[in-house]
Amino acid sequence: MIISAIFFYLFSAVTIGSGMMVIGSRNPVHSVLFLILAFVNSAGLFMLLGAEFLAMILVVVYVGAVAVLFLFVVMMLDVDFVQLRQGFLSYLPIGAVIGVVLLAELIVVLGGWYFAPTATAAPVVPLAAASNTAALGNILYTRYVLFFQAAGFILLVAMIGAIVLTLRHKAGVKRQSIAVQVARPAIIDIRKVEPGKGLT
Amino acid sequence: MIVGLSHYLTVAAILFTLGIFGIFINRKNVIVILMSVELILLAVNLNLVAFSSFLGDLVGQVYALVVLTVAAAEAAIGLAIVVAFYRNRGSIAVEDINMMKG
Repeated sequence: MIISAIFFYLFSAVTIGSGMMVIGSRNPVHSVLFLILAFVNSAGLFMLLGAEFLAMILVVVYVGAVAVLFLFVVMMLDVDFVQLRQGFLSYLPIGAVIGVVLLAELIVVLGGWYFAPTATAAPVVPLAAASNTAALGNILYTRYVLFFQAAGFILLVAMIGAIVLTLRHKAGVKRQSIAVQVARPAIIDIRKVEPGKGLT
Repeated sequence: MIVGLSHYLTVAAILFTLGIFGIFINRKNVIVILMSVELILLAVNLNLVAFSSFLGDLVGQVYALVVLTVAAAEAAIGLAIVVAFYRNRGSIAVEDINMMKG
């Protein structure tokens, strides 16, 4: 029990610290790397909560795909990032005011909040005693299959949208046009060349 | 020393606030704003999984999975928009995004 408490405080401290570094770091590449650190430590928090599948998915999807995508874009765009930091201090007061107000509201909500007496009585799908992944698959493919399909459609639309947004045809690039090739008149024929004579 | 639900909710609340704060102080850099949105969605996921675990109900993790999918799709589309915008204007500063202003 005390071990898990120690790990909880470790994971949450590193998550919050790297979250601060994500928004406060001067170099966006460092921001992306701290975002990866925050995601990995949140995966640790998920493990402590018993959600092993989501922890693994968080590492695979976020660290493996989304963070690499961010790194790609940060390094692909040749942007003067020092200039982008110019208005940092001018927006600090309004941001600090809104952040403090929001955090205070959330803390007030947390302080005055409790479970309804009937809430724990009837879980819709109880946590399985067996593996988390098997239990999640059991309900994801049966009862919540529409969610699963919707998630697939969201990913499909996102993929098509990203391709449509970034695909461009340059003017000077030669491409194969099958219609032109097929419709060409037969002016080329094959002749047998005699050895040593060549074509006349 | 026992770690309860409110501990996880506090961590998620701090992460959420950090994301909002990051959107406000990085008003010029679109990429860091997208990263702040990712932080916000991570906080939401942490809330969902914490409630799922402490209520003994697996449905919260299904929702967390859907939120994760939406977050990944949002990152892909957002970064594609940033790349397309950079090709057209040569800049990703938020202040330059005013072509539709009347």
